[in-house]
Amino acid sequence: MANLLSIVTFLPIVAAAVLALFLRGDDAASRNNARWLAMIATSATFLISLLLLKDFDPANTGFQFVEDRTWIMGLKYKMGVDGISVLFVLLTTFLMPVTILSCWSVETRVKEYMIAFLVLEGLMIGVFTALDLVLFYLFFEAGLIPMFLIIGIWGGKDRIYAAFKFFLYTFLGSVLMLVAMIAMYRDAGTTDIPTLMTHSFASDTLNLWGFHIVGGVQTLLWLAFFASFAVKLPMWPVHTWLPDAHVQAPTGGSVILAAILLKMGGYGFLRFSLPMFPVASAQLSGFVFWLSAIAIVYTSLVALAQSDMKKLIAYSSVAHMGYVTMGIFAVNQQGIDGAIFQMLSHGFVSGALFLCVGVIYDRMHTREIDAYGGLVNRMPAYALVFMFFTMANVGLPGTSGFVGEFLSLMGIFQVNTWVAFFGTTGVILSAGYALWLYRRVAMGALVKDSLKAISDMSAREKWVMAPLVAMTLLLGLYPSLVTDRIGPSVAHLIETYHAAVPVKTAQASE
Amino acid sequence: MEQVDFAIVLPEVLLAVYAMAALMLAVYTTKDGMTRLLTWATVGLFLAVAVWIGLCPASREGAAFGGAVKVDAFARFAKVTVLVGAAAVLAMSEDWMRRQNLARFEFPVLITFSVIGMMVMVSAGDLMTLYLGLELQSLSLYVIAAMRRDSGRSTEAGLKYFVLGALASGLLLYGASLTYGFTGTTLFSGIIASVQSGHVPTGALFGLVFLIAGLAFKVSAVPFHMWTPDVYEGSPTQVTAYFATAPKVAAMALFARLMFDGFGDAIPDWSQVVALLSVLSMFLGAVGGIGQREFKRLMAYSSISHMGFALVGLAAGTAVGVQAMLTYMAIYVVMNVGTFAFILAMEKDGKHVTDLADLNQIARREPGKALALLILMFSLAGVPPTLGFFAKFTVLKAAVDAGMNWLAVLGVIASVIGAFYYLRVVYYMYFGAEREGLTLRAGAVQWAILAGSALVMILGVVNLLGMEGAAALAAEALVR
Repeated sequence: MANLLSIVTFLPIVAAAVLALFLRGDDAASRNNARWLAMIATSATFLISLLLLKDFDPANTGFQFVEDRTWIMGLKYKMGVDGISVLFVLLTTFLMPVTILSCWSVETRVKEYMIAFLVLEGLMIGVFTALDLVLFYLFFEAGLIPMFLIIGIWGGKDRIYAAFKFFLYTFLGSVLMLVAMIAMYRDAGTTDIPTLMTHSFASDTLNLWGFHIVGGVQTLLWLAFFASFAVKLPMWPVHTWLPDAHVQAPTGGSVILAAILLKMGGYGFLRFSLPMFPVASAQLSGFVFWLSAIAIVYTSLVALAQSDMKKLIAYSSVAHMGYVTMGIFAVNQQGIDGAIFQMLSHGFVSGALFLCVGVIYDRMHTREIDAYGGLVNRMPAYALVFMFFTMANVGLPGTSGFVGEFLSLMGIFQVNTWVAFFGTTGVILSAGYALWLYRRVAMGALVKDSLKAISDMSAREKWVMAPLVAMTLLLGLYPSLVTDRIGPSVAHLIETYHAAVPVKTAQASE
Repeated sequence: MEQVDFAIVLPEVLLAVYAMAALMLAVYTTKDGMTRLLTWATVGLFLAVAVWIGLCPASREGAAFGGAVKVDAFARFAKVTVLVGAAAVLAMSEDWMRRQNLARFEFPVLITFSVIGMMVMVSAGDLMTLYLGLELQSLSLYVIAAMRRDSGRSTEAGLKYFVLGALASGLLLYGASLTYGFTGTTLFSGIIASVQSGHVPTGALFGLVFLIAGLAFKVSAVPFHMWTPDVYEGSPTQVTAYFATAPKVAAMALFARLMFDGFGDAIPDWSQVVALLSVLSMFLGAVGGIGQREFKRLMAYSSISHMGFALVGLAAGTAVGVQAMLTYMAIYVVMNVGTFAFILAMEKDGKHVTDLADLNQIARREPGKALALLILMFSLAGVPPTLGFFAKFTVLKAAVDAGMNWLAVLGVIASVIGAFYYLRVVYYMYFGAEREGLTLRAGAVQWAILAGSALVMILGVVNLLGMEGAAALAAEALVR
């Protein structure tokens, strides 16, 4: 299977085209056909992507399953995965069938809904497999279109505002990256990512209109990429689009947004910022650390004050992404392992939390925390699942959340103790807002009349949750499942990084 | 000698003979009854000539009439784009004009004349030829802008276009006379020789600026754009569709030809002027479109902004830049033809409407057509994976290659601002409140053009439909 990556990337898009072209009508039968076709396509994609895991050689730190063809304008159609990206591909293909199953109850414009999700899946996989700058950009940006439509068409009351904010915010971030990409093309003469990772961009201090820019060209390029990835991740203070987008998006959209789209930012840092601009990364890592620390403390406090469940989880996502940026820019084995682990774990946990909100939203059509209370009395299964993911979100040992947070904090502790200190307060704060949310929603006596007739999770909803529970536990109990696969690639990344930044290496080894 | 000269301009001669024959035929027979036949004959002829020019062996290239007309790869590329664009607009408007009681036999004839003008423009090798072609084109356009004689808007559009166009022609002529006065020749090859022999004479520099001003009017670049929204809105829609496509390509190609053939050794002198025009156009087009409630006016601002992007390629002053500009214009034409195919179909209670708000929730009733327009809108906004993104990408790359990073950065910022109003069209179609009444009514040709252009926007990404090599050849022919 020489074209394995192309098949995985384009299978969902082909399925979407089939849906668009051949499925007619809007009766119950055709709606069911759309759902089943989407389900089959995403499941097939997942099964095929398992072949990636089977044939993947963790010891090889280079790119594997590489496809390389010439394309237009001197660009290349090049795809491949290494230890850093392969698990993101699997995360995407794993979560899509779950998401499709969770959207079974959507009744308006089902066909279009499924098309949007299938196209989105293909584009998201493309982001993680592309090995050409412009191809990467193509997938990265194109994902905005289906997400814009998902929020705008199937979203909540203020969906228009949220959709436009989401689109323009992220578009502005990424076009700056485009200019940087063109500048890199000009400098290195290629858009090939593996080549660019070994290309050293000039890092002599520049004098630009009287400003001394330490790190020179690298710093400018780094900042342009940072603008895009920081918005996508999102980092404080450019996170403001996320709560709006999450709150207004339909459940499936929130799940994909939190579980996969946000990870593109972290992936971008690992794929571009660290290996291509090591000097600038070393220069600006302090800046990133403090932004991350502020993000963790500040957004955790904001989360405490929320009255809307989805908003609370959205802010908690921003806080959790703070650990990711911290871990990445600590640039040591624990830090980056932890960051990747945290991203994968957050994919399962936050996705599941949004699904939990979706379960009760489907019944009560409100996300206000005050509208609930005492759900445990009528929904024991739901209360158990919600409890489990709340704990995973807090980082209880035994769940995947613990491993990610612990590793990334350990990584940052070796580099900057104070940032690690502030980061750790986030663990306490997250316990605060998450458990308080749980108490207000699930515990206590069931006094509200509107809740008296609420029913527990259906079999379908249980099936949606089961794989997520399994993965969260599996990664929590057996983390080397992940770290063994990413370890060598991460070690290679760190090695080349420190070779390019000799001064920093000396400091770190003291 | 004469024979060779005429062999080179044979396509133009053929079209001119056809146009006059068609005019006579229609006048002496059934007049408007001939419209349908003439339109399709013109479409067929345009396509045939396009194929002929596109495939004709390179030996047919060369200069004629002492260098006053030049046919090279550049001219051929522009001519094919113009001919195909004009043919597409004619083909999709035939059915529409009949329904609107606008079927006049003069329309295809005037379009043919303007196309001849454009073909002369893009192969001009002399200031006289330039002016000849430009005026033949412009005069035909003034008339068709005012085609709906009983409508105040349409006559206003025609008059406005004529008065401002005449002013621009005056500026252009003034510039031409200054250039002639200081270089002693109207031939581009002579002008470039006198520039080469030393610095550009100050008077010729003034001439250059006036020439640029005149041409900027024709491509509707800011600050010479004022006519565009009004003329676009007032003209009958099929005329607007035409204004937005072929004439823009021809004017842009003429712009490039004059700059490189005439002032190719004074690139720094005009490159900054062009860069300024492009920045202003990109931003004014992006900001001005935000408040628009009318689809045609929106497209006017959109085209101002797009001209700004195409000028970025020209401002780069390199072969790569010209190639980018040509690619941009070709993609731009396809996008606009598709979008106008949709606009032409918009109908409410049997009347043609162009209000954006009428699009509300059209996606529910016409999912396929709405999807096609959605693709075109994202392409106009320059969002990947559509071809519109690659259009922007090439010009930005050309700017960075030429060391104009600031221009590229301003370009992307303008593209974000501009994205807003394209998204708004999508918003009306997909998210808006339900509003009844709008129907989409059009013939098979129009739908084929709409679907075809949307498909090109997606599938063209695979290999740019082979256009890349042709554009590169064209650019090399112009920039040596």
